[in-house]
Amino acid sequence: MLDVRDLAFGFGARRVGADVTFALAKGETLAVLGGNGAGKTTLFRTLLGLLPALNGEIRVDGHAVATLPPRARARRLAYVPQQHAPTFGFTAEEAVLMGRVSHLSTFARPGSTDRAAAADALTRLGIEALAARPVTELAQQAPVLILDEPTASLDFGNRARVLAEIDRLRHGGLTIVFSTHEPDQALAHADRALLLADGRPLALDAVGSALTAANVGRLYRVRVRTVDAGGKHRVFVTE
Amino acid sequence: MIEHGRFVRRTSLVLVGGIVVLLALAVIALGSGRYPITPNEIASIIWRRLAGDVRATTADAVVWQIRMPRVAVAALVGAALAAAGAAYQHLFRNPLVAPDTLGVSSGAALGAVLGIFFGAGFIVIELAAFAGGLAAVAVVMLIASRLKAHEPLVTLILTGVVVASLLAAAISLVKYLADPYNQLPAITFWLMGSFAAASTHEVWSLLPAVIISLAILVALAWRINLLALPDDEARALGVHTRLLRGVVIAAATLATAAGVAVAGIIGWIGLVVPHMARLLVGPEFSRLLPVAAIFGAAFLLAIDTLARTIAPIEVPPGILTAIVGTPVFIVLLAHARRVFS
Repeated sequence: MLDVRDLAFGFGARRVGADVTFALAKGETLAVLGGNGAGKTTLFRTLLGLLPALNGEIRVDGHAVATLPPRARARRLAYVPQQHAPTFGFTAEEAVLMGRVSHLSTFARPGSTDRAAAADALTRLGIEALAARPVTELAQQAPVLILDEPTASLDFGNRARVLAEIDRLRHGGLTIVFSTHEPDQALAHADRALLLADGRPLALDAVGSALTAANVGRLYRVRVRTVDAGGKHRVFVTE
Repeated sequence: MIEHGRFVRRTSLVLVGGIVVLLALAVIALGSGRYPITPNEIASIIWRRLAGDVRATTADAVVWQIRMPRVAVAALVGAALAAAGAAYQHLFRNPLVAPDTLGVSSGAALGAVLGIFFGAGFIVIELAAFAGGLAAVAVVMLIASRLKAHEPLVTLILTGVVVASLLAAAISLVKYLADPYNQLPAITFWLMGSFAAASTHEVWSLLPAVIISLAILVALAWRINLLALPDDEARALGVHTRLLRGVVIAAATLATAAGVAVAGIIGWIGLVVPHMARLLVGPEFSRLLPVAAIFGAAFLLAIDTLARTIAPIEVPPGILTAIVGTPVFIVLLAHARRVFS
């Protein structure tokens, strides 16, 4: 569903990262981890076609992202940016309805199908989660969802709700890429992990093999050990 | 959804109310002046003309040749300026921008003054005003984006003020060069802003530009909402933001230029009226736009009727709008951040 080959990304002459290659099938989830400034957001913006790739190729559903027109691209790739600036005091429904724009022709206004999709997205996550709202992007109904630190500023409850929704979506067949600063979260909610150090992959593998204490320690330059938390759960602890 | 239904009902209520007020103001405007006409007479004069019965009475002449064009021009210019202001505010996510604070009015005025200076016809003056307005907004946007300031809200306005003052200097230069007996008075009175010279001919030259620009804004109204989001977000949702922004700026600038070409610089409408509309129906643009346009028409019509009746001589309407606009602007300045978050 999402194929990335030999990708280099950055801003014009300034290369932020390189050598990223992965392929995600339908229903697969990739967690991206890396220190502050490691290039996670730049990588995401490049995957979405918001920044031109400096090298390599990105294909979604077989189409090259670089050449897809905006509307066609948005019907395949949805993006939840890190910070949603609240603008203008739109109502929750108005904000969520904007996620339907890729399904509407240029002069059209949202109809009953769009309102139903928006209402569905809203009831699933609730208005409180709108503060960090992946809700608008749920209404977009794209097969690939890219979330930049979706739980960064959420309280305990909203974090659990958003993560549960991510699980529900991946089991429902969506391909998901999300970034996080919590290795535990990646372990519990993703199939594969990409550890990004200075824009280059330090490890890219199934979560079980990529997220070792040694790798996580190298990534964040701290001493880390894992603690068994029953079943297949593992928790990372700094020393 | 319930909320949606409530907003739609409220918007229709506000719209109907606005139209009723606008019509009432039109009747008052047609009836008042040095030759007063009662509403009953106005009704029968209009009815007779619609039925095809053209009479040469004084009342007929006053209504059809003098007051009706003036009412139409004031309402059209008010609607155009308010719609343009609403579009600019949305586009720049900034409650303080308007055709006048962005320098668009000054740019359009310079274009129009040059047109008058070279003795051009109305359509050319209108086109020159459009070109001047577009150039001004492009320069303001370019400078403001290069400054990368901490206070983008205020930076944009300051840049607009700076560019507007440069344009004012250019206008002064044209006035200095103009023939002092004919051109200079024409330019000066026109710049003050007035509807005194409004004729049927002006209505017809103004109408196409206003209809085209408002039609573009109405057709794109829902999509324009997405321009209020951060650029990345709007693009990821599938909007061609650069193209859409360009089209909206062109439409809003055309509306401004048409208004300026007919009536000179009439400030504050584009700033104040969209806020009144937003207070009543919220920020959603497809609801906001028609309400702002109707309110703008009613507001400028009321101002113009006052301008020609409160004193023995006509007061330029720009003076009255400034008296209303300045205090509102100061309040907005104090609450800008709160209003838009």
